[in-house]
Amino acid sequence: MLSPTSHPWTEDETLVEHLEHRGVSRRDFVAFCSSFAAILGLDSLGGAKIAAALEVVKRPTVIWIQLQECTGCVESVIRTAEPTIGDLVLDVISLDYSHTLMAASGTAAEKALQDSMKANGGKYILLVTGSVPLADNGIYTTIGGRTAKEILEEAGKGAAAVIALGACAHFGSVQAARPNPTGAVGVRDIIKDKPVVNIAGCPPIADVVTATVVHFLTFGRLPEVDAEGRPLFAYGARIHDQCPRRANFDAGQYVETFDDEAARKGWCLYKVGCKGPATYSPCPIFQWNTRTSWPIGAGHPCIGCTEPMFWDTMSPFYDRLPDVGGFGIENKVDLIGAAAAIGATAGVVAHATMQGIHNIRAKKDLNIEEAGTKKEDHHG
Amino acid sequence: MASTRVVVDPITRIEGHLRIEAQAEGGKISKAWASSTQFRGIEIIMQGRDPRDAWAFTQRICGVCTVVHAVASCRAVEDALNIKIPPNANTIRNLIHGMQYIQDHVIHFYHLHALDWVDVVSALKADPAGTAKLAASLSPWPNNSATHFRDVQERVKKFVASGQLGIFTNGYWGHPAYKLPPEANLMAVAHYLEALDWQRDVIRLHTVFGGKNPHPNFLVGGMASAINLNDTATINAERLTDIRQMITRAQAFVEQVYFPDLVAIASFYKDWGAIGGGTRNYLACGEFPENDIRDLDSLYFPRGIILNGDLSTVHPYDPMKVKEYINSSWYEYGKGDEAGLHPYEGETKAKYSGPPTPWTYLQDEKKYSWMKSPRYDDMPMQVGPLARALVGYASGHEGYKALVTEVLTRLDVPAAALFSTLGRTAARGIETVLLARKMNEWYDKLVSRISSGDTQTFVADAWKPESWPAKAQGYGFLDAPRGALGHWVQIEDQKISRYQCVVPSTWNCSPRDGKGVPGPYEAALMDNHPLVNPEQPLEILRTIHSFDPCMSCGVHVLDATGAVVTEVKVQ
Repeated sequence: MLSPTSHPWTEDETLVEHLEHRGVSRRDFVAFCSSFAAILGLDSLGGAKIAAALEVVKRPTVIWIQLQECTGCVESVIRTAEPTIGDLVLDVISLDYSHTLMAASGTAAEKALQDSMKANGGKYILLVTGSVPLADNGIYTTIGGRTAKEILEEAGKGAAAVIALGACAHFGSVQAARPNPTGAVGVRDIIKDKPVVNIAGCPPIADVVTATVVHFLTFGRLPEVDAEGRPLFAYGARIHDQCPRRANFDAGQYVETFDDEAARKGWCLYKVGCKGPATYSPCPIFQWNTRTSWPIGAGHPCIGCTEPMFWDTMSPFYDRLPDVGGFGIENKVDLIGAAAAIGATAGVVAHATMQGIHNIRAKKDLNIEEAGTKKEDHHG
Repeated sequence: MASTRVVVDPITRIEGHLRIEAQAEGGKISKAWASSTQFRGIEIIMQGRDPRDAWAFTQRICGVCTVVHAVASCRAVEDALNIKIPPNANTIRNLIHGMQYIQDHVIHFYHLHALDWVDVVSALKADPAGTAKLAASLSPWPNNSATHFRDVQERVKKFVASGQLGIFTNGYWGHPAYKLPPEANLMAVAHYLEALDWQRDVIRLHTVFGGKNPHPNFLVGGMASAINLNDTATINAERLTDIRQMITRAQAFVEQVYFPDLVAIASFYKDWGAIGGGTRNYLACGEFPENDIRDLDSLYFPRGIILNGDLSTVHPYDPMKVKEYINSSWYEYGKGDEAGLHPYEGETKAKYSGPPTPWTYLQDEKKYSWMKSPRYDDMPMQVGPLARALVGYASGHEGYKALVTEVLTRLDVPAAALFSTLGRTAARGIETVLLARKMNEWYDKLVSRISSGDTQTFVADAWKPESWPAKAQGYGFLDAPRGALGHWVQIEDQKISRYQCVVPSTWNCSPRDGKGVPGPYEAALMDNHPLVNPEQPLEILRTIHSFDPCMSCGVHVLDATGAVVTEVKVQ
């Protein structure tokens, strides 16, 4: 398929025409719709129905609301490789509301939001960055004089798909770290009547964000997710199982101190605090900034930023994993040591470390505990 | 004449959430209020944590200035624990912070600020050949061809014809304050798109040394990226070459696109050299140490204070003269609302006292912002590129003197035009050029040290908490793209007992103090400031954007006691 870059989605062009321009024949399109219908368990006419529905889709509307956040997720998205942000905004989607990029301010900006939600009701993709502070009637984040909660609830109503982008929208991130002074929560705690995809990470890799949007546009649905709501195409595997330094872990070759001889040979960072064994993330595969490098690749241990509540469960960041505050389960230390040379036991280690997180969560929040258990089943 | 009440909320194309209120009469702004409308409480969250983790937490104060809090935090902890980082680590941090400035300032100019001066719709009427001619008169940039400009114009035409205007919806197109001819507008639109691709490339320098951007990794005691020319997983010749190329491409774009565009566009808006000056006191804390950070004489951007716009004297900066007030802020102090507290004794207790949401106006309220009011020697201070340029110019810094003079000469405006909205925007370009050139020197320095056999990037002496004193405290300063930044840390029994930040956007966006003196945003909007049509507050955006607001940075919490200020049971 040709990239959207060279083949913008133009005026009055339907999806099927647009795909034809990009080298996807009508026949392929109908075949795709039929197989899609089969996946959904529809009868033989289902494919034709889906094709008919998708054929008339116009350049889709994306509404991006930014709540309690640091704008790092926006910065990440504007680093996306393919499609680039320019292509995305001009050719692929209609980004009708984005604080960081839009020309209008104040009333004119808020009118653009209201008009777009009205005109595209039930059809737009809602991107959310930032958390929602609930303490003290939500006074800790307001836009246009309205609270983040009110804005999110309103925008969520007409959304066809909701994408929570980054750790703040996922679970509240740093402002939700102990003692969470503003009562910050993630999108899934506010929008409960439709699925929320979590593009986890602080920030997430831009390409995961755009791939998720493109997945929705191409396949007409959001990608499959794990129990944490994270797309499997990106978060389906542990860092530890994909890490190029895994061979050093298995061979017992560890960095003991930063910049020691082992560090200068690129050995495993487990002993200086790497959270790769407890973190599901696309970092090693997608890499960062047009595949330039990634945290472990640049010699720093993973801090586990795609995992819920990582600020509390993964810190102190430089302590060895089982000693980390959130874990504190001594026998797991031995387990990891014993497992070092045997790749097959990696799953057990993962299970054990995840169990550590679950134990902590169980004390705190039954809902998260439940989600975590499902996740464990999935990856177990 | 009756005055009109104006509310602009949200101010877009900034970091974070900002509300501006004003009163206007006869086409001029008479009064203005700046309200920050987000609060996160990160300093409360810092308490009781490992000081070596502090950089990661405070880095998340802002994802736009994504390295500045991390480096300031490392410096504060290194000051407290008396750690001297290796020269290589210092140079690598300079390269990272230098590229942060360059990338951030270019993004600000094209993607956050340009639409205040550039009418996108007018670009559709341009003659691409005319645009090419104009561009060729400014710079040798190879992409400035008529064919390229025609392609861009076609693309934008198709986009506009689709009826789905996306981010350009409801822009103030056709506003009489837009002065550029269509050809110049087309050039700026083309470079807007080009800059999007460029920034994505050059910022990879952060990824090489820090693993990712935004939020690259740092390390108390140095940098984690080990150097070994004979390994695949370390900083080696391949990665250094990549860095070398990025620096070259960064400098080329800055010198051949950004700076020429800036001067060309400014030449159509010279009247803005007499608008929006506001506060005439300027503070620069200094940045880019050539040697250890304690060697203040080795800072490339000098430190100092300018008072009342008097460039004949640069006063010394004394961090002990910083105090924060809360007369207009939603906090309370143990000593009462009138007290001004130095960060070492600062305290914060959030106490919202405004009207219930949704708000109509805040301008009748005594307190109206989550920002505090920092004051230096009880005076408001402007911080940022203009403060640095003025301190540099007045201190006789050769680079600043040459470029400031060049800009004033090319625009044919007097030095007084620096104290303005235009001056802030021009100063940003000036320091970007200086840094784009300086990056080459830092790169050469790093390579030459590696070549001589010094590959050290980290000192382990004070890494282990057992080696720390029972009590320690430190101050980390850094002059960030948006201005002077300070982090103060106190450590007790190996944990953070207090953490405090005084941040550039807090200086600039501060609300009125106890004497009723407005902060720099407010003062700028009340200084000979037009507002032709309150329904289309384009002029307000020009002046506010000239500060490059970063609201998430500006709002923070200082807590002297270590007590939890607001406990909320969510977990």
